[in-house]
Amino acid sequence: MIKSKTIYKLQDINLWYHDFQALKNVSMDIEEKKITAFIGPSGCGKSTLIKTLNRMNDLIEGCKVTGTIQLDGIDIYGDIDVNLLRKKVGMVFQKPNPFPMSVYDNIAFGPRTHGIKRRIELDEIVEKALRGAAIWEEVKDRLHKSALGLSGGQQQRLCIARALAVSPDVLLMDEPTSALDPISTGKIEDLMSELKEEYTVIIVTHNMQQATRISDKTAFFLLGEMIEFGDTEQIFSMPKEKTTENYISGRFG
Amino acid sequence: MIQKKKEQIMQVIFQIAALASILAVALICLFLFAQGIPAIARIGLFDFLGGKLWRPTVAEPLFGILPMILGSIYITGGAIILGVPIGIFVAVFMARMCPKPIYRFLKPAINLMAGIPSVIYGFFGMMVLVPLIFELFGKRFDMMSGDSMLAASILLGIMILPTVISIAETNIRAVPQELYEGAIALGASHERAVFKVILPAAKSGVMAAIVLGVGRAIGETMAVKMVAGNQTMLRLPYEYFKGVRTLTTNIIVEMGYVERDSLHFGALIATGVVLFVFILIINLLFSIINQDKKSGGSK
Repeated sequence: MIKSKTIYKLQDINLWYHDFQALKNVSMDIEEKKITAFIGPSGCGKSTLIKTLNRMNDLIEGCKVTGTIQLDGIDIYGDIDVNLLRKKVGMVFQKPNPFPMSVYDNIAFGPRTHGIKRRIELDEIVEKALRGAAIWEEVKDRLHKSALGLSGGQQQRLCIARALAVSPDVLLMDEPTSALDPISTGKIEDLMSELKEEYTVIIVTHNMQQATRISDKTAFFLLGEMIEFGDTEQIFSMPKEKTTENYISGRFG
Repeated sequence: MIQKKKEQIMQVIFQIAALASILAVALICLFLFAQGIPAIARIGLFDFLGGKLWRPTVAEPLFGILPMILGSIYITGGAIILGVPIGIFVAVFMARMCPKPIYRFLKPAINLMAGIPSVIYGFFGMMVLVPLIFELFGKRFDMMSGDSMLAASILLGIMILPTVISIAETNIRAVPQELYEGAIALGASHERAVFKVILPAAKSGVMAAIVLGVGRAIGETMAVKMVAGNQTMLRLPYEYFKGVRTLTTNIIVEMGYVERDSLHFGALIATGVVLFVFILIINLLFSIINQDKKSGGSK
């Protein structure tokens, strides 16, 4: 087996919200063009950890991080342009959050932010992003209508397309299907398997079946600590830690 | 059983309260139209609304209120041009950019602004704005005094600020944080996220703020009377350094000496009817905007 390249290198990450320590000594290497799933019960720190990867935690008051996170060898908490980091690392949220504007303008927002103004270029990016998120066929005739008229599942794929439009390397997904019905969830899971051809996908999920279905690697968190991290198959069939086994067999959580 | 009785009694009380306010509005309408419409009929609708001269006390009186209609529109327009951009910027600042210690000071200050009686604003206009305008522009524009459309517009521009700010701020704050995060996650700066996503998302609420500001400006009487110059001449939009009379000041200036139940009296009430119709149109606009908001604001 070919060893794949590490894209994120996390070392001794500790994170506090004021006095509350939400992450304790997390160290891990995340591989490129794989799907890595973070699982664990509510409040275990998995959503907090994913937010540190594009520094969305900067928005939270009283949040303090120690340790280093390297993306392609560069410390993202060092002297970098955060906006460029977020261009490189896209994010999809738990609740679909399309902007109250047209489908087209939603997708074009990111590229415009980063200085692309020419109409032809934008048209191309918009189509490519929408195709990439498997929603082009459904919206191509209503590009200039409000994105709020789409169904929840369509809105979430639109948000994925919006993230793809700035051509990121990494896609962070924070429970992207928890607000969706099973059919929409299925579509997004299929989409994720396609996305890993081109992107590194990191997903937080509550749904353990989802983790087994789509991810290559799984990390299990409990009370701010990473208990176990390995190949998804191994984690779910032969967990090394007792607590992991208890969690995946449904004894708590 | 007792619980049910209680509920019934409360319901009756609420209904009476609701009826009382509806009744008040209905009575005002009735009074205005009953007295105003016959006067308009006697003067002639066209001569009344389109008449360029207001000569109520000569032997052959003329009751043309076009100068006042235009005066109200000019002054309100000027107030909107000055007050709305400032108001929206302040609202954005308060909702999305303001450090907490400043907010704790700014918010009560804006609330206080809303509570200052308009006669006090009028004083400020008389003592500060009018002399200042005279000093700055008096010679160049051959002004008799600083009383002018400009003075009234600036003063009203200040007076509508608290209305515009508080409504716009509430609506900007109501935009879900997820939209802001969505924009930030795409690499947008804070300013870009606020001005390109948050503010457009609050568009209908901001429009409502503007419409209510217009309503406040067009209905203002006392402060306008103190600084607008009270001249009944027909003005053109560029005559910003000359005085005007507005619909509201027309009523208040002459109500004091008018002979009851004369045509002059009727014409003043009819002026009120015109003002009332303006306000109705503004309220209609407001509810259309609000409806648009409920349907998601999508086009």
